[in-house]
Amino acid sequence: MAELNAIELEDVVKEYVTHGEVVQAVKGVTLDIAEGEFFSLLGPSGCGKTTTMRMIAGFEPPTKGLVRLHGQDVTNVPPNKRDVNMVFQSYALFPHMSVWDNVAFGLKQRRTPQEEIRRRVGEMLEIVDLTGRERRRPREMSGGQQQRVALARALVNRPRALLLDEPLGALDLKLRQAMQIELKRIQREVGITFVYVTHDQNEALTMSDRIAVMNDGLVEQLAGPREVYERPATAFVAGFIGTSNLLAGAAKGGVLEIGGGRVLVPGRDGNVTVTVRPEKIVIGTEEPGPDLSAVRGTVAEVAYLGTYNSYAVSLADKAEITVFQQNANDATVTAERGDSVWLSWQAQHSYVMES
Amino acid sequence: MRRLTPYLLALPGWLWLAIFLVVPMAAMASVSLQTGNAYDGYAMTFSFSNYADAIGRYSTQMVRSILYGGLATAAMLVIGYPVAYWIAFKGGTRKSVYLFLLLLPFFVSFVLRTIAWNFLLSDNGILFGTLKGWGLLPADFHVLATTLAVVGGLTYNFLPFMILPIYVSLERVDPRIVEAAQDLYATRAAAFRRVVLPLSLPGVFAGVLMTFVPATADPLNAQILGGTGNTMIGNIIQTEYLTNLDYPTASALSFTLMAVLLVGIFAYARALGTENVLEAAAR
Repeated sequence: MAELNAIELEDVVKEYVTHGEVVQAVKGVTLDIAEGEFFSLLGPSGCGKTTTMRMIAGFEPPTKGLVRLHGQDVTNVPPNKRDVNMVFQSYALFPHMSVWDNVAFGLKQRRTPQEEIRRRVGEMLEIVDLTGRERRRPREMSGGQQQRVALARALVNRPRALLLDEPLGALDLKLRQAMQIELKRIQREVGITFVYVTHDQNEALTMSDRIAVMNDGLVEQLAGPREVYERPATAFVAGFIGTSNLLAGAAKGGVLEIGGGRVLVPGRDGNVTVTVRPEKIVIGTEEPGPDLSAVRGTVAEVAYLGTYNSYAVSLADKAEITVFQQNANDATVTAERGDSVWLSWQAQHSYVMES
Repeated sequence: MRRLTPYLLALPGWLWLAIFLVVPMAAMASVSLQTGNAYDGYAMTFSFSNYADAIGRYSTQMVRSILYGGLATAAMLVIGYPVAYWIAFKGGTRKSVYLFLLLLPFFVSFVLRTIAWNFLLSDNGILFGTLKGWGLLPADFHVLATTLAVVGGLTYNFLPFMILPIYVSLERVDPRIVEAAQDLYATRAAAFRRVVLPLSLPGVFAGVLMTFVPATADPLNAQILGGTGNTMIGNIIQTEYLTNLDYPTASALSFTLMAVLLVGIFAYARALGTENVLEAAAR
């Protein structure tokens, strides 16, 4: 028997009417999210990622399209009848209830026997490391603790899928990094499908099995983190995820002449856009061999960033290229502002798109 | 000196309370224990029997006042809660318009509004007279001078004081909390009962307080809409003070009413769970 997908969206569209005008927040999204997968919806604010998640949860009925959970059409099923739970951006804990009552809420609504509620809530509080704080009110707790209460409140119901709407947005950097690892651990332990909405590319890259990069109501690319980073499908993805250098021009016979040098684009002719990640580029003073892509430029800016140096290099045609150089063996800067340098990289690190 | 500063800054408030609350109350308490008559004047005799006499004579009106006040408060809660709920959750961008409409009647004086009801409800007036003329109502139909008229008048006059505090508490309920409840398998009704209602209780508490106390003590509605058979304690106190010039009896009745109301409020706070109410109100 073929395994059913946890969540399927089929050409889902969401339209709103604001000030008498129809606005499409989601313009036709099709997704299959597998059982047990850590799936991220990544994109800038207003890209439709939260609306997409709210349609999975059942808070927004789609204007068009189908939502399926485990093969069942739930497009018109209200949120309280859907076997998915959500962790809200602001946690949305019940302020008048203790931690215990917050976590037990879903089980009580489903008329779970008292004994089982006690056992499952206790276990869940242990998983999120909140044992001993059962009687606290949400507002007596730190942001990180509230976050874990929200997580426990959703997970204790053992939903088919857990939806997380920018759950770490309100936490500071250190806590956020700790929670990222914590979330991955919990997901492995409970084996539930996670759908994670974020605008933070690092978060998405660190945690996800697969990422859907969204822009303007559409999915631009749907792939694993490595693929999204190394092989961005569109200029938007290349620009949104990490730092990218874009070089555009007309290629002739597999070579793009640019900035006093050449970019190798084997087998291509006509207009192309080439993406190169800053950390793939080597900076040097000698002209590199003909098997490498190489361009000439002048160092415009040098920034020391601890683990690496960042160079901004201006090419002859005014295009600017960013280069990251690891501070691996010594921290000496190899080029100074105003130096004339060669930038080179292997052909395999050029990602070429038709333009 | 620095440690005293906050207290000194609060001084105007304390003075206000002393001059306008403590002093008059003490004076009234003293008057309530005096004996004498309006011509020869009253003298302090520590006559605690004033209380027993006053309560004995006017217990009917006292009980009636509490009953009418309670009925009107219950009616206001039943009418006011849904109105507050609707404005808070469905009012959208027009919330302030609805609140303004709610307060609009207050631009007309309390007495005038109540007299207008007398006019509307009179046996052969503009409304019932017309309906009787068309044969839609029996000729002996009347509303004025009944319990309904007085309780209705109280309900009408104090309704905004019920709606506003409930509205304020509902307005502060984050809609995402309601969504969270629905996400956790609660039906709309269950989400209301378990989440919205408990979070609005501080508003209900304040609303009941702000309506039950003045409605119970109000003399005007009974006077204008109640006829002779619906006299409330407010009317008695007014008559004793202004017509009979029996200041001790009026003062004793005032204090008795206050005591009854205070006891009622504390019992009510206990029943609702003061701890929860105060805690939620503090947020």
